[in-house]
Amino acid sequence: MKEGWEVIIGMEIHAQLATETKIFCACATSFGDEPNENVCPVCLGLPGALPVLNEKVIEFGAKAALALGLNINETSVFSRKNYFYPDLPKGYQISQYDKPFSSDGTLTIMTAERDESGRAKEWKPMTIRIERMHLEEDAGKNVHEGLPETDKYSYVDLNRAGTPLGEIVTAPDFRSSWQAYDYVNHVRRVLQWVGASDADMEKGNLRCEANVSVRKIGQENFNNKVELKNLNSVRFMQKAIEFEIERQIAAHEAGEIVSQETRLWDEKNNQTRVMRSKEDAHDYRYFPEPDLQPLKITQEFIERAKSEMPELPDAMRDRFMSEYELSFNDASQIVLDKSLAEFYETTAKNSGNPRTSANFILSELTRELNNANKSASDSPVSAENLAELIKTLDAGKINNNQAKEVIVEMFASGKDAATVISEKGFEQISDTSAIEKIVDEIIKNNENQVNAYRGGNEKLFGFFVGQTMKASQGKANPKIVNEILKDKL
Amino acid sequence: MDVRKVAKLAHLEITDAEVAMFEPQMASIVAYVEQLNELDTSNVEPMLGGLTAEGEKTETARVDVPHESLGQKSALKEAPSAVGGHFQVPKVL
Repeated sequence: MKEGWEVIIGMEIHAQLATETKIFCACATSFGDEPNENVCPVCLGLPGALPVLNEKVIEFGAKAALALGLNINETSVFSRKNYFYPDLPKGYQISQYDKPFSSDGTLTIMTAERDESGRAKEWKPMTIRIERMHLEEDAGKNVHEGLPETDKYSYVDLNRAGTPLGEIVTAPDFRSSWQAYDYVNHVRRVLQWVGASDADMEKGNLRCEANVSVRKIGQENFNNKVELKNLNSVRFMQKAIEFEIERQIAAHEAGEIVSQETRLWDEKNNQTRVMRSKEDAHDYRYFPEPDLQPLKITQEFIERAKSEMPELPDAMRDRFMSEYELSFNDASQIVLDKSLAEFYETTAKNSGNPRTSANFILSELTRELNNANKSASDSPVSAENLAELIKTLDAGKINNNQAKEVIVEMFASGKDAATVISEKGFEQISDTSAIEKIVDEIIKNNENQVNAYRGGNEKLFGFFVGQTMKASQGKANPKIVNEILKDKL
Repeated sequence: MDVRKVAKLAHLEITDAEVAMFEPQMASIVAYVEQLNELDTSNVEPMLGGLTAEGEKTETARVDVPHESLGQKSALKEAPSAVGGHFQVPKVL
């Protein structure tokens, strides 16, 4: 960013809660069905239809709130947000306004600025204020292409109308695009982790908006902010914010006014463009939804939800660092995915070797999983089997390269470690007399080298090791080979 | 009372003559309701959606089990215009 300026960013995330049915009716929330299949009088907004809250919305909402450090409010109130748009059949959206489901959270995330190649510089903790997460229904989908006469008509699919959302709103606490980027990734991960949301941006069940303004460092008041939408991936969001920072600074420096408006990220042209100006800002005329009771949550429910919370990824990362002496980077990689983290912990415990477990899981296993497009929970190599392999390695029965080869074969065949090792004939020779025999043979056949070594050319030791390993087809236990060679030479 | 603004928010088209007619009518309605401000309600909780005294309780959630939906054909049957399984509306955006 240009020197002397700072950026102020607040984030809004809409996360679809992982329910089977919609928030106020029993239509399925499944993705990719024929348009307007999963609709009923409630989500079509037909006269007389009444909403009834889905109990899972409360449960997933509570999990999400707790995972984000929010306080769950004992009473929250659904309100009508009134506006007209074709994707909103009732003419209002049932949301929450002055009494949200949860509020006043603080969340600590890890964040880092990136160098030119996108590599993280230095990871640091950062605490941000989360103002609220309220519950609301999603709107339907307007379709503008792929159907007849789209210059004159738009089309509406209401399958998504009434899907439950948690809208998570932060204070304007971010001071760089990467902080916002790391925040969204953090939220996405914890929501998946606790099972509150699939949080898949591609499917649109996690959507984010960024409110961005810039000001001179030292300036007290804020300048007009711009709301960025259509951010279909975290990377696009980061790019859009960067673009906006430059655009706004240039405008301010040229003495132009940055107007308060909504801009879209145009991914083809790598720029933001105006969607609508706030001049015709909406007047939503919120009022309490008369068709729904205030939502009361008991302390007992909150306590139970807290006690059922799994260990969150950051806590698990810190524990892996202290308990298993993993580096920050390795531990962070492992907790990127819950099933991988669980896989790791089982492997570490069963093998008694957390370090090697991390190495194999982060390199060989992750590579195989990625190639097969699988997650750790459906890995053909079980954590127990991988642990067996590591134990075999640690016992000196196979070497490191062989172990790597065995993992690949275990993954491909689904066979256990012992079977693959014996099929490949990898069992190392640790039998001292067998190795002694080989060594004797080598000493006999390499008289010149033996004399040179005994004459002081210690570098030749490696030659004997190599010859012995070769003669044993790589199966001799290197440690025992060393001992015997030292002894005999 | 800005009658034009209210009409715009409600997607209603009104003529100047109607504005002249509605303005005093709406002012008198609001003035009538404003009588409520004479009461001291500082210690009264607003009643939100509670139709009965039992309305305090919120055991009104339903289980998360899908029911049959209307389906596309029924959903679009009453639509003034439907094309390709979608509701067709005047161009927005």
